[in-house]
Amino acid sequence: MRVPLSWLAEHVDLEPGARGADVAAALVRVGLEEEGVHTSGVTGPLVVGRVLDLTPEPQKNGKTINWCHVDVGPELNGPDGHRGIVCGAHNFTAGDAVVVALPGAVLPGDFAIAARRTYGHVSDGMICSAKELGLGADHSGIIVLEQHLPGVGVTPGQDALALLGLAEETVEVNVTPDRGYCFSVRGIAREYAHGVRRPTAEVFHDPVDVQVPAPSGPGYPVRLSDDAPIRGAAGCDRFVARVVRGVDPAAPTPRFIADRLRQAGMRPISLAVDVTNYLMLATGQPLHAYDLAALQGELVVRRARAGEQLTTLDGVERALDPEDLLITDEVPGDPSTSRVLSLAGVMGGASTEVSAATTDVLVEAAHFSQVTVARTARRHRLPTESAKRFERGVDPAIADRVVELAVRLLAEHGGGTADAAATDVGEPAQVVPLTLPAGFVERVVGTPVGADEVAGALREVGCEVTDAGGVLTVVPPTWRPDLAQRVDLVEEVARLRGYDAIPSVLPAAPAGRGLTPQQRARRSAARALADDGFVEVLSYPFVAAAVHDAQRLAADDPRRRALRLANPLSEQQPLMRTSVLDSLVDVVRRNVSRGLRDLALVEFGAVTLPVAGSAPAPLPGVEQRPGEGELTALLAAVPPQPLHVAGVLTGARRGPGAAADGFAREAEPVLWADAVDAARAVAAALGVEVVVEAVQHAPWHPGRCARVSTRAGHVVGHAGELHPAALEALELPARAAAFELDLDVLLAQVGASPQVGALSGYPAATQDVALVVDAAVPAARVEEALRAGAGELLEDVHLFDVYTGAQVGEGRKSLAYALRFRAPDRTLTAEEAGAARDAAVAEASRRTEAVQRA
Amino acid sequence: MPAEPAAAAADGPLGEAAVQAALDEALAAVAAAGDLEELKAARLAHAGDRSPLALANRAIGSLPGPEKAAAGKRVGAARGRLNQAIAARTEVLRAEEEERVLRAEVVDVTLPARRPQPGARHPLPLLMERVADVFTAMGWEVAEGPEVEAEWFNFDALNFDADHPARQMQDTFYVADETGGASSGLVLRTHTSPVQARSLLTRGVPLYVVCPGKVFRTDELDATHTPVFHQVEGIAIDEGLTMAHLKGTLDHFARAMFGDAVETRWRPAFFPFTEPSAELDLRFSLGRAAERGWIEWGGCGMVNPNVLRACGIDPERYQGFAFGMGIERTLMFRNGVTDMRDMVEGDVRFSRAFGVEDLATSGVADVLGGRVPASAAQGEGEL
Repeated sequence: MRVPLSWLAEHVDLEPGARGADVAAALVRVGLEEEGVHTSGVTGPLVVGRVLDLTPEPQKNGKTINWCHVDVGPELNGPDGHRGIVCGAHNFTAGDAVVVALPGAVLPGDFAIAARRTYGHVSDGMICSAKELGLGADHSGIIVLEQHLPGVGVTPGQDALALLGLAEETVEVNVTPDRGYCFSVRGIAREYAHGVRRPTAEVFHDPVDVQVPAPSGPGYPVRLSDDAPIRGAAGCDRFVARVVRGVDPAAPTPRFIADRLRQAGMRPISLAVDVTNYLMLATGQPLHAYDLAALQGELVVRRARAGEQLTTLDGVERALDPEDLLITDEVPGDPSTSRVLSLAGVMGGASTEVSAATTDVLVEAAHFSQVTVARTARRHRLPTESAKRFERGVDPAIADRVVELAVRLLAEHGGGTADAAATDVGEPAQVVPLTLPAGFVERVVGTPVGADEVAGALREVGCEVTDAGGVLTVVPPTWRPDLAQRVDLVEEVARLRGYDAIPSVLPAAPAGRGLTPQQRARRSAARALADDGFVEVLSYPFVAAAVHDAQRLAADDPRRRALRLANPLSEQQPLMRTSVLDSLVDVVRRNVSRGLRDLALVEFGAVTLPVAGSAPAPLPGVEQRPGEGELTALLAAVPPQPLHVAGVLTGARRGPGAAADGFAREAEPVLWADAVDAARAVAAALGVEVVVEAVQHAPWHPGRCARVSTRAGHVVGHAGELHPAALEALELPARAAAFELDLDVLLAQVGASPQVGALSGYPAATQDVALVVDAAVPAARVEEALRAGAGELLEDVHLFDVYTGAQVGEGRKSLAYALRFRAPDRTLTAEEAGAARDAAVAEASRRTEAVQRA
Repeated sequence: MPAEPAAAAADGPLGEAAVQAALDEALAAVAAAGDLEELKAARLAHAGDRSPLALANRAIGSLPGPEKAAAGKRVGAARGRLNQAIAARTEVLRAEEEERVLRAEVVDVTLPARRPQPGARHPLPLLMERVADVFTAMGWEVAEGPEVEAEWFNFDALNFDADHPARQMQDTFYVADETGGASSGLVLRTHTSPVQARSLLTRGVPLYVVCPGKVFRTDELDATHTPVFHQVEGIAIDEGLTMAHLKGTLDHFARAMFGDAVETRWRPAFFPFTEPSAELDLRFSLGRAAERGWIEWGGCGMVNPNVLRACGIDPERYQGFAFGMGIERTLMFRNGVTDMRDMVEGDVRFSRAFGVEDLATSGVADVLGGRVPASAAQGEGEL
């Protein structure tokens, strides 16, 4: 909402010397958001000039310019008593008063005026058109003040900024959805009074403070016929209409109205339309002007019927919905003649609009239901000025007074005569009084507020308040449908007193337990990966189905079952990711394209795994806690969204660097093993033991993919090198490695504290074994067998060599392990250690057909 | 002609001159040894079993009794001096050798090691962890909720009437139903506020929780907007909680994030789920924030009784407050980030700039720029 200061000042006394910034600050104080303070964009010497003479001078380019001598007042004239100015327009003659921008002036668009040489003269300023001053689109000629401001006496040298309203500031505020009344000068003026803590009774002058003459009888026939109210509210509960006859269709809109409309951001159109828009801005009551001659005899407000259509003023033909409320007309008594005139409260149709030929005007001001207008405006995507006000709530009490104002303006500026009869049908709902124990305000605000102060503040915002022994009965004003419960009244009291008056007190929460083990575990995992060289990034979870093809997922892979958005940002990416890798690969590509090729990226994020055939989420009521059944259905309808962690490695894992012999030039490329190790690092950070085994799983390389599972057999995720074809399809560097883990599966294993007995101080006995197995036997299986066979004395096993070659035979490999044994209570003998080793080897032989290497 | 033993003693290999000569020769050889190898050779030649002095020593036994003592003394003294000289020379040469080796092993300590490039956390999760720490220190707990959320939790339970314009204030991503329409009853949560309703329903009261998390609005990405961003929601419901407590909590939160010098200001505002409601503005002197005056940090208010009612909490007995702050905004103010795109594109240079942990006491200079250097400047002796 934009309000010119001069307009605001008509309805509230501004503080002495108040500028736009002060007004904005006052409004912010009571809860309006400042969007900006606007000026005309014109500064500097802009004065009235009188054209003394003009000499047309044809130019070689075919144009004719006027070389003018202009009197801009004794203080600004040159030594010859005038200034010489070149002007290209021809709509003026000697003796006309014009608007002159002198050197130093700046016009909208940062257009600086200077004396400059042109067409053989030094042009010492510029004679301005309306468009050049931002006063409208008229660029057909320059402003001739006798025509632009008829009847206004001007003298050369007079400041034209003030004269044309260009010195004025316009304050723009953002109106929150609860404060429909602030879409008006009326509402803003009230709020300004509150903002500067001045009593409205003294400083506020209500724009609708007007006497409506008693009608001579019923006016134009209007019938309210809503047979399908939405949520119990009639679509229209008041309809006021008056007729003004004999309006001059050529009568210009008075300048103050046109200026104010422009300052408020609207375009002047014609007197009748401008008057309705002007009064809507002034009072918040949307109005509509009909060409009386085009109406059939009776207006009927009703819901749309199936199949009805309307071409709205924006030229769009709209199929109407049975919920749409319409203004229709018909020949009285003949419903078959029914015609749709407009979408009530939203937008009119073209057929009955006032036109250049209209002389008799029917002015409508109605009160339409918030819900009805909101739904229609949304359905037809028509967030019009009118709809914006009705859906937030319009004062139902002022319709007759606003129509009276419209009638007066049309009479005054259009020469019309109002009918003595008037239409006023419908019964607006009564405002429901609220009960407010005076102490309730203190209970919410946390600082003492007396009953008198509460009552005073509420009266200030327009409430009627009666105090019965400390319990206030409050009737909110008709323009505040948002004041519906006690806490709404508390906010009014608090904001009028000022939020600064509330003290700052830190509450003592009950002792808490800190972060949950899962929350701490997640931090540990993130930290472990960062310490391992991974850089944490975030990506949007929106993906294309093509990413699943690129990953070579099977047609029935559950990861293809992705949640789809009804209104995605991009139609190319309508799905929610089912794995973090789906979107993380985009980030990899972006970094590579920026020349950052050696990457270890990791992302922690949710994935969405919709359950096939699940029911839509219910929408229980809000009057009480949902029933257990409803709550269960509600929670069940939300798809599982486990927390995943995924990482991608590309390029070099270790760069060139210091080595024993000086400097190692070769970078060490990333390897499938780095991804598997990262997965192990995550599990280790959480203290969860995992098992790694080879599997085939897209998008990984079929021979270089590890499945990571918990000891209990829950699959945690996969790691290894990505499939070369997938890498190509995803446009990732060759040999990139990746992992993706379901952290929720791991986190579920974070349980009781580990139990640790006393450490043994006895010496260890180390035994090495080399086992020859089939090349396909995974090392992890051999190690597992060794552990199982070695018994309790075994403290540690680690693989220290893998050998393939002639000595062990084709298709075989030798795995060399160091086994460390220790007893808790004695020094082990060589025999004991040897026996344990032999048992380990025996188990490995049994499980993997391992043969001890000679 | 048999030689005179005495004369033999005086003039022979055991004679004073011979011993002295052998010793001089030996000392010269020791002194001339340029390294431990040469010294070893000199030792073998002059102090070894077959060296003149060793031979002289062995010859002492054959001398007549009276001469034995003098010869023994003479040879012993010479050998003693030689051994001393060898020991001294050994020490010198060893030191020289060590120095030579160390000198030869000089490296360029500024060379990079062959380790992976340093990793880093993303600053947004780091900041959310910091927020969680501030609140857990006050006894609050950290709650979580799903990003794909039931519309009821995201709107209805929070007093967003289905037809109220507030429902359109937030540009919502709707989850498609089976026909591609928007009647699945699911949305991408537009704020972390549904965790209010979830916490009230599942944890009950008294309730003191914060929920940091990801939220979604249908904004195109530009320098100041992103369709996916982060908020931290807080809610406290108890007996007797007031706006004053809300103010105290947020003042503390602001100081923890931006330093003790931060100023806060409330402006009345509107949110369906709180009444009264306010926007919280901040002002502090750090980087770009210093030039900007009051900057909007987030919204807050007293939880609307309609929300409590929808969650089965008696609003006559319990009341409390809720607030929500943008994490991206916080990062922008705190760390001078100017372009939202840097936060979301995943360029590793951005995350790396923040390291692995947010250790700053606050983002504000009066802590890092004031206290620490000041104490260092005073000198250790004065403490």
